[in-house]
Amino acid sequence: MGFDWANWLGPAEWQAVRLSIRVSFWATLVSLPLGIFVAYALARWDFWGKQVLNGLVHLPLILPPVVTGYLLLVTFGRRGSVGQFLDEWFGIVLSFRWTGAAVAAAVMAFPLMVRAIRMAVEAVDPKLEAAASTLGASRPWVFLTVTLPLILPGVIAGAILAFAKAMGEFGATITFVSNIPGQTQTIPSAIYAFLQVPGGEEAASRLVIVAIIIAMAALLLSEFVARRVARVVAGS
Amino acid sequence: MTLQVSLRHSFKGFTLDVAFSAPPGVTVLYGPSGSGKTTLINTVAGLLRPEQGRVVAHDWVLLDTQTRRNLPPHKRRLGYIFQEGRLFPHLTVRQNLLYGRWFAPRDARTESLTRVVEMLGIGPLLDRRPGALSGGEKQRVAIGRALLAAPKLLLADEPLAALDEARKAEILPYFERLRDEVSVPILYVSHSSAEVARLATTVVALKAGRVAACGTAAQVLGDVAAVGARAAASVLSARVLAHHSDGLSELTTAAGALWLPRISDQPGATLRVRIAAQEVILSRDAPQGLSALNILSGLITDIRLGDGPGALVTLAIGDERLSARITRRSVQAMGLERGQRCHAILKSVAVAPEDVGTGRQYKVAE
Repeated sequence: MGFDWANWLGPAEWQAVRLSIRVSFWATLVSLPLGIFVAYALARWDFWGKQVLNGLVHLPLILPPVVTGYLLLVTFGRRGSVGQFLDEWFGIVLSFRWTGAAVAAAVMAFPLMVRAIRMAVEAVDPKLEAAASTLGASRPWVFLTVTLPLILPGVIAGAILAFAKAMGEFGATITFVSNIPGQTQTIPSAIYAFLQVPGGEEAASRLVIVAIIIAMAALLLSEFVARRVARVVAGS
Repeated sequence: MTLQVSLRHSFKGFTLDVAFSAPPGVTVLYGPSGSGKTTLINTVAGLLRPEQGRVVAHDWVLLDTQTRRNLPPHKRRLGYIFQEGRLFPHLTVRQNLLYGRWFAPRDARTESLTRVVEMLGIGPLLDRRPGALSGGEKQRVAIGRALLAAPKLLLADEPLAALDEARKAEILPYFERLRDEVSVPILYVSHSSAEVARLATTVVALKAGRVAACGTAAQVLGDVAAVGARAAASVLSARVLAHHSDGLSELTTAAGALWLPRISDQPGATLRVRIAAQEVILSRDAPQGLSALNILSGLITDIRLGDGPGALVTLAIGDERLSARITRRSVQAMGLERGQRCHAILKSVAVAPEDVGTGRQYKVAE
């Protein structure tokens, strides 16, 4: 008697799992270059408005998620200033779409990503970068050949942390893009929806187990990869 | 190629204001810590922008604050050897060595990896990472990495300061080889009088942000006002005559024969020998029944009385100058005066192996 893994989750549950992974994957991937850039700028440069940028990046961490979601709705909604512009010029609509869920997840996960990468940048000795520049490497080359390889463990840790955060994002997502099955219903929204109807507990608990498995897998993977990269980077 | 440097930069309670030119060969920036040496070399490297300054390599302007020209470090074609090596920890020794070469113009890559690896004896290390190297090995790789960047100018900021005595003795000969075999001019920062004596073609002595003296190693180390009484020394050019069975080597100098503990160089080799002024004893009469093997006689050319109890007496012996650091009391008791004949006494063992280097001394600043 085998256990039927494929049909363990119902179609609606599968949909939520697939959507969550898709949303989190794209949220992490697209925000990663920006995250590295902002982390580097905050760690290394002195510029006007640095504290403002720092505050802005960290705001989603301390604001109620509903407030962040509402601000996203006001800005990126169809009637919002940026939303209107994106719609008219590029035909991009974020509200009530999975892309909007990805934006909400990315914004919420951004502070965690930046914090992890910034710590890695601060640990890189600027003297190594100076040495690279005396050897003929221009600034972009110094970054690509010295800084980036050395902060790689931090980048990986930041990306996994952001992915896990994106998987669990609920408040901002539901406020910004609502809870539409197949469109914007991620695992947390689905769990919430199942708990609202009588007899939905069983489906909800299955999704809870899936959420725990994905979170643990992400954590173990990040530990494993970061440790391997750290060994290469440490140079022994 | 001659490098010309002038700069002015204020720090808290201290202004660096220097100008000097570095002819081909090794120019040592010599002075105590806090005299501005590292600021100077970092200005030449482009890692630091002074308030006012001008750095010109032959006819190539690297920095001129008046015309607002300031080439970034990566366009200056340098090889910089740092005190701490600064090898890239994530790259292998081979990748470290080839890092600068990759950015160098194709037609400038004259040094081959094979030659540099052989010269520095780092063949067995190529596939290791810097974390697995000793301090001396790291510094040899750092030298190779700088050389392979096909530099127009080599910079070295106290490259031996972080090493113990044995490792210093291991690395110093490589810098002598660079001076004698590689045509690239070298700017070398040091606070060690022994390194100055062994390496310098030209010495620029710095003191509290000013150039205190500039000239050959013998000229500058003999200038007690510039280098201080403790560092005062003579630098003699010598040739190895023979090695004797009792463990001593016999050398000839323009000042006469010198007997030193066994030297590794072959008979016929040209050497520079540093004799610290505080190791030299003076006698007015020819000494008799002394254990010291080296007794050189000459005429007193200069007597400098210090502020403290010391004095520096310089003798002309043949074509050479030999300085002795004695007390003012002795100067008075012996009645020393310029033009008098005097005997300088030096124990063989007072000259340490680190005081003996290869290569002739440059008589005139070229």
